[in-house]
Amino acid sequence: MAGDADVIDALVGITPGSPLDAIRARRSQARTHAQATYRALFEPVSLGSFTTQERCAVGAFVAGIHGNAVVAGHLAARLAGSGAAPAYRAAVDAAVAAAVATGPYGRYPTGSLSREDTTGPRYRADTETRRALGPHLAAALEHAHLLVFHPRDAARTDLQALLDAGWSTTDIVTLSQLVAFLAFQIRVVAGLRVLAGRP
Amino acid sequence: MSDKVLTPPAHTAPTAFTQAQLDWLQWLEPLAVEAMTERHLVSLVDAARVKSPYFRLLARDPDALEARTLTDKDIFYNPDAGLPRAERELAATAASRLNGCLYCASVHARHAATYSKREADVERLLDGGVAVDLGERWNAIVAASAALTATPSAFGPEHVDRLRRAGLDDLAIADVVHAAAFFGWANRLMLSLGEPAVPAGP
Repeated sequence: MAGDADVIDALVGITPGSPLDAIRARRSQARTHAQATYRALFEPVSLGSFTTQERCAVGAFVAGIHGNAVVAGHLAARLAGSGAAPAYRAAVDAAVAAAVATGPYGRYPTGSLSREDTTGPRYRADTETRRALGPHLAAALEHAHLLVFHPRDAARTDLQALLDAGWSTTDIVTLSQLVAFLAFQIRVVAGLRVLAGRP
Repeated sequence: MSDKVLTPPAHTAPTAFTQAQLDWLQWLEPLAVEAMTERHLVSLVDAARVKSPYFRLLARDPDALEARTLTDKDIFYNPDAGLPRAERELAATAASRLNGCLYCASVHARHAATYSKREADVERLLDGGVAVDLGERWNAIVAASAALTATPSAFGPEHVDRLRRAGLDDLAIADVVHAAAFFGWANRLMLSLGEPAVPAGP
């Protein structure tokens, strides 16, 4: 995909002059800056210690566990384009298969909301995944799963786990933005595709 | 590496959704004001946000923060037709209620109540959750926002049809999608980088 092609437009299938093209044009700043966010996270000016390949791997994982085939396909292609070896890509696919769930779930602080507590899995990368992807990325996938499915369970210890795996404070901010932005982008794509299919 | 997880000061955690003002206590070190470059300051978009530890933390990735903020402002503040501001805030509140973000829900419930003048209905959404009866138009918006908040997405043609029957045109429906989706983004940052607190008394 060309660097300046709008990813949401492409993934929804919005063509120039279509009704959704006109709707997105009415919110042109949101359109422009959703794309700018995507580029800031996947084509950053400065990588820090969060490599392009890792960004694509986390992205493919997040879209995969969302069960959104359109965005997952896009990010899997991006991962392949980043130079990731077949074994590495297969390990990401295996991690998706092991981590998929339905959300949101999680616990509240003890009190009147406790009756709404719901439990679900906490993803832990297995030995094979750790070996194939390394501890730095494995920690990121574990954190991404938490943010995707049960963000209200997030705790200080989860950030400590990232620091222990070599993530800096700044790179944790970028990782958090990447996962949270994709939660947005995937929902916009899903929602607009439904709307496009209901003329 | 000097980076570390912060221990918040002693505080009271909220145990119910509320329209009252809450504080937010960060778990990672924000940039110090005096250490911020021109690029960091510009990324805040609103200069007043330099007072917010949340935005000074996100400013560690200024390109992502600036683009996020400009996306946010257009989705919620663009006055050109579409969904009324009150109902964009309703969608944000519904997403935050379902994800369990007490802080985001408090801010956007206040906005929803202010712009709609339906404070009691907003309170019922906070108390009872996304299945409470708020009248058909609001029910349709809340149901669509909740469906889109689920993972995987449960948003389908039936939600579009219901929103249209409730009087929304396609620009307004796209606004529901963007407002709810944006809180899929915001809730995950707020919930994972810090925690809400009841402000200390006078």
